[in-house]
Amino acid sequence: MSNQALKEKITQLLTTATFDETGEWLNISIEATNWPAFANQLRHDENLLFDYLFCLTCIDNKTNLTMVYHLTSTKYRHNIVVRANVDSIKPEIETVSHIWKTAEFHEREVYEMFGVNFLNHPNLRLLILPDGWEGKNPLRKDFEDPINMIKL
Amino acid sequence: MFEEIGTTTEGDLIINVGPQHPATHGVLHLVITLNGETIKKLEPHLGYIHRSIEKMCESLTYRQFIYVTSRMDYLSAHINNQACALVVEKGLQIEVPDRAKVIRVLMAELTRIASHELWWGAMAMDIGAFTPFFHAFRERETINDIMEETCGARLTMNYMVPGGVMQELHPNFQKKVKEFIKLFRLKVHEYEELLTGNIIFKNRMKDVGVLSKEDAISYGCTGPVGRGSGVSCDIRKLYPYDAYDKVQFDEVIETAGDSLARYMVRIKELHQSISIIEQLIDNIPEGDYQAKTKAVLKLPKGEFYQRVETARGEFGVYIVSEGGTTPHRIKFRSPGFSNLSALDKMARGSKLGDLVAMMGTLDLVIPDIDR
Amino acid sequence: MWSFSNIAGSIQNWLNQTFSPTWSLVMQMIIAGIAVISLFAVLGLILVLMERKVSAWMQIRLGPNRVGPKGILQTFADTLKLLVKEGLTPAGADKLLFNLAPVLALVVGMLLMAPIAFAKDFQLWNLNIGVLYVSAVSSIMVISILMAGWASNNKYSLMGAMRSGAQIVSYELSAGLSILTIVVLCGSLNIPDIIYSQADGWWIFKGHIPAIISFVIFIIAVTAETNRAPFDLAEAESELTAGFHTEYSGMKFALFFLAEYVNVFIVCAIGATLFLGGWMPFHIGQWQSFNHVMDYIPSSIWFFGKTFFLIFLIMWFRWTFPRLRIDQLLNLEWKYLLPISMINLLLVTVIAILGWHF
Repeated sequence: MSNQALKEKITQLLTTATFDETGEWLNISIEATNWPAFANQLRHDENLLFDYLFCLTCIDNKTNLTMVYHLTSTKYRHNIVVRANVDSIKPEIETVSHIWKTAEFHEREVYEMFGVNFLNHPNLRLLILPDGWEGKNPLRKDFEDPINMIKL
Repeated sequence: MFEEIGTTTEGDLIINVGPQHPATHGVLHLVITLNGETIKKLEPHLGYIHRSIEKMCESLTYRQFIYVTSRMDYLSAHINNQACALVVEKGLQIEVPDRAKVIRVLMAELTRIASHELWWGAMAMDIGAFTPFFHAFRERETINDIMEETCGARLTMNYMVPGGVMQELHPNFQKKVKEFIKLFRLKVHEYEELLTGNIIFKNRMKDVGVLSKEDAISYGCTGPVGRGSGVSCDIRKLYPYDAYDKVQFDEVIETAGDSLARYMVRIKELHQSISIIEQLIDNIPEGDYQAKTKAVLKLPKGEFYQRVETARGEFGVYIVSEGGTTPHRIKFRSPGFSNLSALDKMARGSKLGDLVAMMGTLDLVIPDIDR
Repeated sequence: MWSFSNIAGSIQNWLNQTFSPTWSLVMQMIIAGIAVISLFAVLGLILVLMERKVSAWMQIRLGPNRVGPKGILQTFADTLKLLVKEGLTPAGADKLLFNLAPVLALVVGMLLMAPIAFAKDFQLWNLNIGVLYVSAVSSIMVISILMAGWASNNKYSLMGAMRSGAQIVSYELSAGLSILTIVVLCGSLNIPDIIYSQADGWWIFKGHIPAIISFVIFIIAVTAETNRAPFDLAEAESELTAGFHTEYSGMKFALFFLAEYVNVFIVCAIGATLFLGGWMPFHIGQWQSFNHVMDYIPSSIWFFGKTFFLIFLIMWFRWTFPRLRIDQLLNLEWKYLLPISMINLLLVTVIAILGWHF
């Protein structure tokens, strides 16, 4: 499906979505609260079938965090990027690990690196950081570690 | 036997495989709940070699950050570098000379062969056959020598730069690669005789660690793991980059989804890699090996994503730029991380001895998983 | 001609003439003990070096080549290293069993040396049930492995020991049944009797196809019994780190290591005795002149030659095959080897009764 067709289709599914076509793929910005239902539709809609979440990450914009989901369909070979802003002080978003299994590990990584709380995640524990890690989340911009980080 | 697999009850044997263990090939730590010899649950604990490369890259310029990525998947160092060079080129819209493109593909395929050889030897050692390891390393050594001549290093080559490759090919390169290909064709045959046809090996591999096509997609398994389950996921074929659109090769797909299928995919990929190198080695175009680029690279504001096919699967670089000389946020989508997440699914209900066969055919490189 | 039995005989005569019969017996026992212990040490040194050289040869490398000419002193250096290493006992271990296990493993090896005929009429103990004795005593080996695994207080060790227990107990059956085929053919459990019955040809040639089948089964079963690859599940390196001897270090580990090699030697010696005629030279039926030529080669050379050939075979397996899984291992024994060897034993009995063998 071309970007234009995708845009039309997705507008039908979620009227509040805003689009950005400057990048390589269609960028869709949505509200975090709409995400679980929207994700379900993206995964299961006959014409979309975004069954492969190939990248899940988070961006720290200092004022807020942005969750970024890169999706592709192994049947139709179209790609989209879904972005959802979350609050930086109390970041919360619904998990999608039951829709795309790979999200379970990626969400755990984002949880410890950015502190995003994934609601209803089956196993939201530290994955990479050592047990009992306390303090700020390493990939946040305001993270300071005077011992190990060298300012260039 | 009657209790549900996946739950922990009192009296279960919980063993820690790793962080130091002969089968994990690095500092992977698996906590395994066993019922006798049968695996009930498996949970990876990562981070023993986590260096936070993503954070590091945020303070490095677009020329510097490429070298750090060699240290992630050190067996596919070239291909990681290639992805980073490609994403910077994509952002700056640099036109790479044809010669550089072909050289990059040649190097990437040699890296793939070297990586698959190491995998082959190490996997055979995991399931108890020691000899293949040395046979595989004999040929890998030749590739390392070729790399050393041209790139100056044997493992973390750092040969790619934005706009092309770092320096001209060594005059011996073509001759040596041709000699190697000629020899290697015979040796692949020898490998197959040594291991593939062995009845013990087949029994150890067949129907072990089965991953269905749906699960493979859902878990984001790519590379030989995904293709072993019948998922068409070869980035070289689906989204060609560099000179991959100019060469003829087949995407190897097996449908069984077991360890043997993953093994066969890699062995057949060796043949495809040889064929790609053969097509290109005599047709390296004349011209510059590097495009003219500015001394200081500044990516325009925006987001850039580049996916490549490493020896382990789909590797993605995601750069968010705010227009400066360093990235605002960089994310490496590593294939091993997603492939590892499927291990629990595969391993449940199988024997402890099968675990090493599964881990062997997942081809895990721990720095790639931890980053 | 030079032979072990003459030397042994003259020593015995001299002892009997010089001392009273009791002291003579004590002296003989001491000499035998020293001989067995030194044979142990020599065997350990030679077999470890042989294994390393054979593996190097198969793996297109040189193997040990620094200590001494062509590396032949490498095992001395290794032994020295193991001797001076600290023998750790884990805090949670059962100290008595932990320290007893390697000794027991070694004692089993020593006991098994007794009935083996190393050369013509040269034997420590001519036992009328020699073969039965060997298969009985070799079963004690599993106890030492279970002890080591249990006492180590380590989950890997325990799993290795349990695997080993299941494995050795199962494969003992096939090994025993294939030994029985030869016992049925020659009608004796006495080792010299078995060897003398092969004076006109070895059993592997005389016993038709059933003898060959039981030879193959015997080799597979003893490879499993001695925990050698492809049946090295008890110490499967990539699964259980080092299996039952994970926690052992220094000389205690060395004793296990030594016991493994001595066991390999013993089972190969038994195999050579039963199927390949022991010290008996290669004889063909009534070809007197040919047989005479063969007799000129000393019997000890025949014995050690055959034994080392079998040892090489077992090493060859180790460096070629991948390891089996535990359920495949037990399937192989209970579903294939055991029924085959039972039917084979029946066939051999028929052959023996009807006198069809040569």
